[in-house]
This record gives sequence, structure tokens and C-alpha cells, in this order.
Amino acid sequence: MTDTPQYGFDTLQVHAGARPDPATGARQVPIYQTTAYVFRDADHAAALFNLQEVGYIYSRLTNPTVSALQERIATLEGGIGAVCCSSGHAAQIMALFPLMQPGCNVVASTRLYGGSVTQLGQTIKRFGWSVTFVDFDDLDVLAAAIDDDTRAVFCESISNPGGYVTDIPAVAKVADAAGLPLIVDNTSATPYLCRPIEMGATLVVHSTTKYLTGNGTVMGGCVVDSGKFDWSQNDKFPSLSQPEPAYHGLKFHETFGNLAFTLHGIAVGLRDLGMTLNPQAAHYTLMGIETLSLRMERHVHNAKIVANWLENDPRIASVTYAGLESSPYYARQQQVYPKGAGALFTFAVKGGYEACVKLVSAVNLFSHVANLGDTRSLIIHSASTTHRQLTEEQQVAAGAAPDMLRVSIGIENAEDLIADLDQALDEALK
Amino acid sequence: MTSTPTDALLQKILDETKVIAAVGVSTNPVRPSYFVTRYLNMRGYRVIPINPASAGQTLFGETILASIEDIPKDTPVDMLDIFRRPAFVPALVDTAIEHLGDRLKTVWMQVGVEHAEAARQATDAGLQVIQNRCPKIEYQRLYGELRRAGINTGIISSKL
Repeated sequence: MTDTPQYGFDTLQVHAGARPDPATGARQVPIYQTTAYVFRDADHAAALFNLQEVGYIYSRLTNPTVSALQERIATLEGGIGAVCCSSGHAAQIMALFPLMQPGCNVVASTRLYGGSVTQLGQTIKRFGWSVTFVDFDDLDVLAAAIDDDTRAVFCESISNPGGYVTDIPAVAKVADAAGLPLIVDNTSATPYLCRPIEMGATLVVHSTTKYLTGNGTVMGGCVVDSGKFDWSQNDKFPSLSQPEPAYHGLKFHETFGNLAFTLHGIAVGLRDLGMTLNPQAAHYTLMGIETLSLRMERHVHNAKIVANWLENDPRIASVTYAGLESSPYYARQQQVYPKGAGALFTFAVKGGYEACVKLVSAVNLFSHVANLGDTRSLIIHSASTTHRQLTEEQQVAAGAAPDMLRVSIGIENAEDLIADLDQALDEALK
Repeated sequence: MTSTPTDALLQKILDETKVIAAVGVSTNPVRPSYFVTRYLNMRGYRVIPINPASAGQTLFGETILASIEDIPKDTPVDMLDIFRRPAFVPALVDTAIEHLGDRLKTVWMQVGVEHAEAARQATDAGLQVIQNRCPKIEYQRLYGELRRAGINTGIISSKL
């Protein structure tokens, strides 16, 4: 969109979206803690409400601190624009909302965060939407699952909890052949390890709560649009291609071109769903993103060391980390995710469910929490927590079998993490 | 292939332009052509609307003209903004060069409008040419407005 120099990732994670504050010159992005904004006059107000002019009306829709974060994430993902919202789960609804109608479905990977399996498998039924879960390693099955009512294909780049790496270019081809947008949840990989839009994804969603913020402080979500999908190619996406009654019959795609999805996300999505990100949270996340690449390098470095150690320990039955040469996904990881397989994986303990439950009580550095992407190392027994609403068959498909523990490897000293797991394994298997 | 205009060129054009002759403007407030020209008018540009279907009506305080040739000889026109399908572009560029002469500095074709031959002709006549872009979006991007909506403006700067 511009001819400015092609800055590197480390530069963009500090600068994108964050020019000095136009009102004060403040160098750091100020926290605009306000609900509303004064109109210059009646014409200005009318122009804003008609979407003639882009500006600030009410912080449910737009806020300068949140806008800076949106532009930064859009830039790092190589998208045209982004809308932030209150959580990663909110982001998934914000992504689907403009695409879906009652009776429509989304085809999703079986390898998803358990909460997403529940959101897509159960809760969205109340909107009249449905999901078909398939194994994204079988592209023929994926293609066959798409029908006339499908409006999106959905997967995670590096999936939670198993650390499975999706072959995004291959999946994008299937979605593209069906004329459908591919939505990739890029939470676990972050744009530092994976840029789904460059591989053919239409939309990227994030739980910014995780690595983007990086320190376990605030909740947030984000939807990034590539700006590359033709919403008017057929009549499947009327929210974007047909007249919008609430804006006097304006057609978003016709009027705003490749900005349509982003502006719809604000003008309809945030306006009516109200899942707004607050400026304090945006501030913490902006702070976090400034060091994203530095942290991700260390996360990946530590994860490799810990995964290797676990794999060679006789008390461990298996380790799923795609960055291990023994992983069936190692070749794919090297090709699609060359900077690393992330820092999220599972391992199976000989001793099963009971040993897992004991181990999470015996750790001293690892924290037993339902979160990931913190600077601190985290551990959880998915089958008895995040994935407990699932059937055992679903748990296994999602990489959360009863004998599996999930770890999110932090940025501490790797040898300290190993020592902690070592003593906890001894305790668990006593 | 359209070459990508530099931000410096886009900004120069948007700064030096005062009067825009907009061909194909609709009087329907939710049509893109109305949306764009209304915005440009709000930002202080004089917009001379041209559309034979609604000639004689008033838009943005100006009488809608039937053709470029109806623009009075003493009216300055800095930019021709084309909201027509590509097939109509060569004839419009011909007419503009002939009728507006040295007054005209820029031919701007809207998003979805490109015509390599007509663009070359306009360039040869000494005009600046922008294709497949929207002056409203570029104005909003370059002057900070799109920052407010989380759009990737591509602008990285430590200056105010």
C-alpha cells in the first residue's frame, strides 16, 4: 500500500501504528481513557456516523490506543487492517459474523483449542450456524466437507494443545478452489513464526492475551484482514456485498474496497456485538509486542531443549513437538515454519492420567494455569481442565489425550525448567 | 501493468490539487462515486461533477455538467477523476487533454479503473497519472485518518 522502506520485523514491532501522538507529541502511545469524543460540529458528527469520515465517536467502536494496536498487528501480519476485541474467543465470532447467516457452516480442523471446539461445536448453533470438523492432513476429506452452505475454512497455525503444525499453503489452496476465505488462528505461532496471509489465508485471528502481550496480564483478541478476498464474487457474503440497511443501503465492499472487512468489523461488528477491547489492555499489549521477536526466539530455543530432554527421558512415553527431528511433522515445520515450531507442546507420561494429575501439583517453577504464551513456563493437564468438556475421542483428536500434559515453555533458563520437570516426574511416579 | 505510485507523488498531487472534475459521479449518496467526491468536497476540494444522466442538477453546490467540454474555459481544473469503466477512459482522456489543455495536471482513475494506453497518452502529454486508486482512501491514509480505524497505513515515522 505504500512505498516507504520495507522495514524488518523487529523495527515494525516497535514502530508500526505508533507515530508520536498528534495531540501532545508523546512518544509512547498514550492510554486514551475516554468513552466519547467531542464532535467539531453537526456536519462532522454526520460525516462520522455516515462512515464518510473515519474518526472517533465512542470507544465501543474506536479508540486511539486500540487503533495503534490494530495497525501494529495488521502490519506485522501483512494485512490491510485489523480490528481488536475483548478476547480471542470474541475475535473468532468477530471473524465469522460478517461471513455467516443462519443455515451456514464452517469447516474446521479437529486440532483446535478445546474452547474453540466447544464454541464452534456447541455455542454457535444458537446463531443457526454449524461446524464440520475434519482432519486437515487429509485434503480430500477437507475438500469433500465443503458444501454450498460453507462460508469459511478454519484452523490454527500451530495448534493448541498438541503443537501440530498446519500446512497452511495446502489448506489455503483447497479453500481458494472452493471460493472460500481461510481463517487462521495464529495465536500460538505469532506473526514472528508464521504469516498466514503470505501463505494464502484471508483472515487471521489472535488471542492477544498470549504471546503478543506476552506476560499474562490482559485479555484481548484481534481479527486481521488480508484485503485480498473478493466478497462480491458471488452472493455468499451479503453482509459485505449487499446493501447494509443500518447505513442507508451502503454496500461495504463496493464502497470501501479492500478496507470493507475491517470497517465492517468496527461499524457493524463492534457496534452491535460490543466485544470491545479497552485501552488499558491495548496499552499492555502494545508494550508486549515491542519485544515479540526477542521473546519468541527464546521461547523456541527453550522449547527445543526441553522437548529434546523429555523425548530422551525413560519416564516419558511421547512428545508431540514438531521441532523434534523425530516428529512426523518435522519436514513440514522446517518448510512452513522455518523460524521454529513455537513453544507449545504436549508430552505423555508413563503412568497415565493419575501421574499427570500428580505432576502438575509437584512442579515448582512451572505454573499450573489455563493459559499459554506467558514469559513464565506453564503446565496443564488438558484432559481434566481445558478439554474436559470434550469426549475422549475428541480429546485424542485434539491432542489432549488423558495421559498428556501440555506445556507452554517460558523464557527462563532452560536448565532450570528441566530440573523442575525432572523432580516433578520423580514425585509423580513415586 | 500499473506502476505503484510513490507516497511522495500521491501527496504532491493531493496537495497541489484544488479543483477536481469528477466524471461519472452519482447523485445517490450511497454510491461510491458520491461517497468519494462528497468526502473530497468536505476536505476543501472544489468538485465539478460531470454526468450526462443528471446534468443540470446541483451537487456540492455545483451544477452537474453533461461533459468535460461543458467546463467553462476560465475554470481551473487540476485533476480529472474518472469513475467510469476502463473502456470509456481513452475518449475521456482525449477530451480532457484537448479541452482542458495546460490547466490539467493529473488524470486519476478510481479503484478498478486502469487503461495502459490512455495512461501512456496522458503521461506523454505531461500529465501525472494514477490508476486503480482512490483519492479518498489515499488522503485518509496519508493524512492519518485511516490510523484511527486500524488500517495498515504503511507509514512508519518518529515525526509528529
